[in-house]
Amino acid sequence: MNSKNLFEKVWDVHSVGELANGQTQLFIGRHLIHEVTSPQAFGMLREKNLPIRYPERTFATVDHIVPTDEANEPYSDILADAMIKELRKNCAESGVTFFDVDSGKQGIVHVVGPEQGLTQPGMTIACGDSHTSTHGAFGAIAFGVGTSQVRDLLATQTMAMSKLKVRRINVNGDLGTGIYAKDVILHIIRLLGVNGGTGFAYEYGGDVFDSFSIEERMTACNMSIEGGARVGYVNPDQKTFTYLKGRPYSPSNEEWEKQVSTWSSYSSDKGCSYDDIVTIEGSEVAPTVTWGINPGQAVAIGENIPNPDQVAQNDRAGVIEALDHMQLRAGSPIQGTKVDVAFIGSCTNGRLSDLEEVAARLPGHKVRDGLKAIVVPGSQIVSKLAMEKGLDKVFIEAGFEWRAAGCSMCLAMNPDKLVGDQLCASSSNRNFKGRQGSPTGRTMLMSPVMVAAAAVTGEVSDARTVFG
Amino acid sequence: MNLPKISQVTGRAIPVPGDDIDTDRIIPARFMKCLTFDGLGEYLFYDTRFNADGSEKLHNLNLPCFRDASIMVSGANFGCGSSREHAPQSLYRAGLRAIVAGNFAEIFFGNSTNLGMPCVSASRENLEKLSSATENDPDLRVVVDLENLQVRYGTECIPCEINPGARESLLNGTWDPLEELLTATNEIEETARSLPYA
Repeated sequence: MNSKNLFEKVWDVHSVGELANGQTQLFIGRHLIHEVTSPQAFGMLREKNLPIRYPERTFATVDHIVPTDEANEPYSDILADAMIKELRKNCAESGVTFFDVDSGKQGIVHVVGPEQGLTQPGMTIACGDSHTSTHGAFGAIAFGVGTSQVRDLLATQTMAMSKLKVRRINVNGDLGTGIYAKDVILHIIRLLGVNGGTGFAYEYGGDVFDSFSIEERMTACNMSIEGGARVGYVNPDQKTFTYLKGRPYSPSNEEWEKQVSTWSSYSSDKGCSYDDIVTIEGSEVAPTVTWGINPGQAVAIGENIPNPDQVAQNDRAGVIEALDHMQLRAGSPIQGTKVDVAFIGSCTNGRLSDLEEVAARLPGHKVRDGLKAIVVPGSQIVSKLAMEKGLDKVFIEAGFEWRAAGCSMCLAMNPDKLVGDQLCASSSNRNFKGRQGSPTGRTMLMSPVMVAAAAVTGEVSDARTVFG
Repeated sequence: MNLPKISQVTGRAIPVPGDDIDTDRIIPARFMKCLTFDGLGEYLFYDTRFNADGSEKLHNLNLPCFRDASIMVSGANFGCGSSREHAPQSLYRAGLRAIVAGNFAEIFFGNSTNLGMPCVSASRENLEKLSSATENDPDLRVVVDLENLQVRYGTECIPCEINPGARESLLNGTWDPLEELLTATNEIEETARSLPYA
C-alpha cells in the first residue's frame, strides 16, 4: 500500500468526484459561518430558490461586528445590528445551530469550533474566513473560503477545489525560555515569505510541535494563511484526543475508542512523501516582532529594523513603503519603539492559555500611564473560565480593560479601533495598513506576553527581561 | 444557467503597482458591514484613494483617464490576506474584468475566478513594461488572452499564466461551479454516508 500524508488521506476520503475542469468536488464535513461572509450567500440561495442541503453540518456564531463593551441590543451601530439580526434570521429559517450572544457559547468562530468539539481529526472544515486554517491543529483539513463557496457549501456541502501540494515544516529541538508558538509562526513566515506557501498545505511537526499544547498548535496553524498557505495542520496525537474528550460535540463514550482509532489512522504514514520539506531549529527562534505592513516583515527582539539599502532589490520598495507607514527609522533597534495601545485577543491568541500566560507575569506591574490596554477573550467560555480563575481581576488590577468576547481590534469591524496614527502592540495576526480601523494606524504583531511587556513599559521590550 | 465563455478581456488597463497588496487595502473592513455586495465598487482601495476628510489622494483610480479601465496591473502576491469575497466583488463592481499581476493569493484567486474575473500572472519585468506603457498611454488597448496565454498591447505581446483548471472553466463558461456541483446528488449522498462522522 502506498504511504500517504494526512492531507492526501483526508482529501481522498472526502472526494466526491472530478469536475469537468479537472478540479475535485470536495465534501466538507463541517461548515462554520459568521455574520460577515454569509448573508450574501443566503441571499444568493433565496434568489435561486435552493434549500440548505445539510443544515446539521453548518454551525454559526457572531464575532466580527460584536461590540466588546456593549451588551444590549439594538447595538448603537445600526449596520452591526442589522448583521446580527440577519444571521439570527438565516439560522432560524434554515435550521442551522447558532451560538448566539445569549447562549454562553458565542465567540470567535475559530475559538468556538474547537471548544465545542466540532473540530475533529480527519475532517474537512470550511468557513468564510481565512483563519480557518486554525482547525488544522487537530489534524483536520480546514479551508478559508469566499462567499460564493459559502453558497456552494450551503447548497451542496461540497466545493470545487484544486488539490494542494504539501510542505512538511519540521521545527526540531527545543525552544528557549519565553519563546511562544506565536514566535515560531512569525519566524516561519519570515523565513518562507508571505507568499511562500501559495499552493501548499503546511504540515507542521518536529519536537517543538510535538511538545506544543493544542492551543499552541492552533496559534501556529492560525497564521498559515499569512505565509500564503491556505491550509496548515498538525498530525493528531494523544494530546488532541485528550483535548476533545467530553466536549459537547465530541463522540460519546461508547463511540470513543472507535473514533480515536479512526482519527489515528489519518496521521501521515511513516516514510510518506511530501512536495517539499523545510527544517528549522527551535533554538534559532527568538521573541519576534513585526516592524512592517505584512506579517513577514518581522525581526527578533534584539535585531534592528532593516535598512532598504541592504535588502534584496525586489524587496526595497516594499521596505520603504512599510517604514514610511510605520514611521520607523531604518537601522534602528526595534526595541524601544513607543507604543500607544496594547491588544490581547483574536483567533490567534485569545484562548485561556494565552490569558493565563500573561496573567502569571502581571502581578506587580502596571500598564504605562496614558497607554490603552485591552484584553478580549476569544469566547464567552474562555471569558468564564478565565474569570473563575480570577484572571480578569489580575488584568484589571494591572490597568487593562477586560472586555466581552469577539474579534475586537484585530480587524476593527466593531467599535474597538485605533485612532489616527496610534501604534498598537497586538497579539493578532495582521499588520496590514489600516487593519486596526484607522487608515494611518500602525500595528506590531507579537506574542501576548510581549504585548504585556510593551503595555507595562510603554515601548517594544523583551518580555524575558521585563518579567524576569 | 448559461454563463459567458471568457476567452479574452479587452480594454484599458490601470496600473496599481506594488507587491503584497492585501484585501484590507482593496476593501477596508469597515465597508464590509453590509448584507449584499451592492455598491462595494465605490469603496475600492478607499484608504489609498482618499484622505480622512474625504479629499482625493493622488491615485490612478482617481484619474479620469483610467476611469473606464477593465484590467488592473499589479505586483506579486496580489489579494493576500483575508478570504473576503468583498475584495474581488469591489473590483468587479468598479468595472474591472481581469487582473494581471505577479501572482495571486490563493483564496482571492478562487473568489475572482468564481466571478468570471480572470487573474493571470506575468513576470516582474513584463509587468513593469506593461505598467509603464499604460502610464504613458492610458488609452492603450490591452488584451488578456486566455486561449493563447498572452497579454497584448500596442506591438507588444507578453506571456502569462493561469491555473489550468481555472482557465478551462473560464474558457468553457463553467467558472461558477454551483450548477455542476448540484448535479452530483447521489455521489454527494454516498460520500456523506461513507464518512466516519455525521
